[in-house]
Amino acid sequence: MSDLMNVSSSPHVRSKVNTSNLMLMVVIALLPASLFGVYNFGVHALLVILISVAACVLTEWLYNKGMKKTQTVGDYSAIVTGILLALNMPPAISLWIPALGGVFAILVVKQLFGGLGQNFMNPALAGRCFLMISFTGKMTDFTLPAGASSKVVVDAVTAATPLANVKAGESVDVMSMFVGNIQGTIGETSVIAILIGAAFLLFMKVIDLRIPLTYIGSFTVFVAIYSMAAKGGLDVNYIAAHLCGGGLMLGAWFMATDYVTTPITKNGQLVYGCLLGIVTAVFRIFGGSAEGVSYAIIFCNLLIPLIERATIPTALGKGGQKA
Amino acid sequence: MQKNTPAERLYNGIIAENPTFSLMLGMCPTLAVTTSGINGIGMGLTTTVILTASNMLISILRKVIPDKVRVPAFIVVVASFVTIVQFLLEGFIPSLNAALGIYIPLIVVNCIILGRAESYASKNKVIPSIFDGIGMGLGFTVSITILGLIREFIGAGTLFNVDILGGVGYEPVSIFILAPGAFLVLAFLAALQNKFKVGAAKRGIDPSNPTTCGEGCSSCGNIMCKGRSGK
Repeated sequence: MSDLMNVSSSPHVRSKVNTSNLMLMVVIALLPASLFGVYNFGVHALLVILISVAACVLTEWLYNKGMKKTQTVGDYSAIVTGILLALNMPPAISLWIPALGGVFAILVVKQLFGGLGQNFMNPALAGRCFLMISFTGKMTDFTLPAGASSKVVVDAVTAATPLANVKAGESVDVMSMFVGNIQGTIGETSVIAILIGAAFLLFMKVIDLRIPLTYIGSFTVFVAIYSMAAKGGLDVNYIAAHLCGGGLMLGAWFMATDYVTTPITKNGQLVYGCLLGIVTAVFRIFGGSAEGVSYAIIFCNLLIPLIERATIPTALGKGGQKA
Repeated sequence: MQKNTPAERLYNGIIAENPTFSLMLGMCPTLAVTTSGINGIGMGLTTTVILTASNMLISILRKVIPDKVRVPAFIVVVASFVTIVQFLLEGFIPSLNAALGIYIPLIVVNCIILGRAESYASKNKVIPSIFDGIGMGLGFTVSITILGLIREFIGAGTLFNVDILGGVGYEPVSIFILAPGAFLVLAFLAALQNKFKVGAAKRGIDPSNPTTCGEGCSSCGNIMCKGRSGK
């Protein structure tokens, strides 16, 4: 606290950090997961990513142009939204679906609420949930596109994701879930590629560990308790499958840490992370579908104003013992 | 236009004080039943009939109803008409009755009806009150039919249950006939009409107050009127 109070006279040292280089670092951090997705699922996955990014950037550009607002395409945030949206798509999706999702994410969720910094929920996830509700069949069809290299994905014929197998009570190979040669959306399959990107963000101090660790931690605890209560013992393989399966890692490191849609107070971030873990686990274990990360994050996004209000730090000189 | 003439009441209800887009009243049926154009028209016309009848009766009884118990009295009048209309629908248009379901009895607590009773029918003569009911009802009907048509068109590719887009391989965006679609379409329509109103206001026309207002603000139902802010 005390070092914040020292305000020297000018000239001040100015930070080189701004929105565009922060966002550029997120783009770089998303590259491993994107490249692995393309390697795993073939050229069609690359097309999905490109179309999604193009739709996001074009929508933002046209909106700012049409509404005569300052052009904000240069801050790369639309590119981040586009990549995240694409990484949440099944690999064989028709190309117009990511395009529509990109338009919805940028136009309705971001720009109409006032652009970057004003969006009340994560645009990429809101776009994904919009598509999920509208085209449930297409969005959960994880068959491989024609160009996918079947030697990478061992099990190329089944259409179920490992997470769905876990829910059905079948055993899964956690190691291949960690490496990523499994069925799933373009960017969520490889835990290791996501962790490389996350490590880069941590190293560059773009994100900190507070939200991801509380998220993954509370999720693990909840699943462990469930595993003990419902299965009569601590099933390590089951917990590991839940941790490596689905969008948990992508969500925890890249989408739950989005600056705009996280609480600004430090305690609030801890509360937010714990809440995310519990809500995700509840959705996954008790919900109708195998995955619950997207809905958990946008649901908790809506609670942020409440979390912030409850965790406002006491101002200097306020509170404490009354004399 | 002269105040309280039938034509002025119709214009007021359909355009100037459109219950859905200007007064933002009756949101519950607006959001819930507009999954198709047919449902919109059905709900709108049902409400119009009840609104017109209740406005008429309340206007007739306006000197009889004691001021202190006016709201219970209005509700009894409205509920009677709703019951009559519900039995008629059950008997003659059972399909519409099934489609609208619980939202027909809920017309009793539709704030458009109670709002018009309170702010207009209980203070004005019978003939203007009847036309006020017709105007407001038609305004409501037009609004929720448009809403229903847009949702039906995007969410199912049909208009009044006639397949329009199915032939060209259109994939319906089914979120629009689910609950979130109602909020999205309503918000977009409200934003559009606000844009036109702001545009009109900039050209020097006050769209919320198209008639020369002769009465006191206490009897006026126009919540958009700029003269109210000082009171």
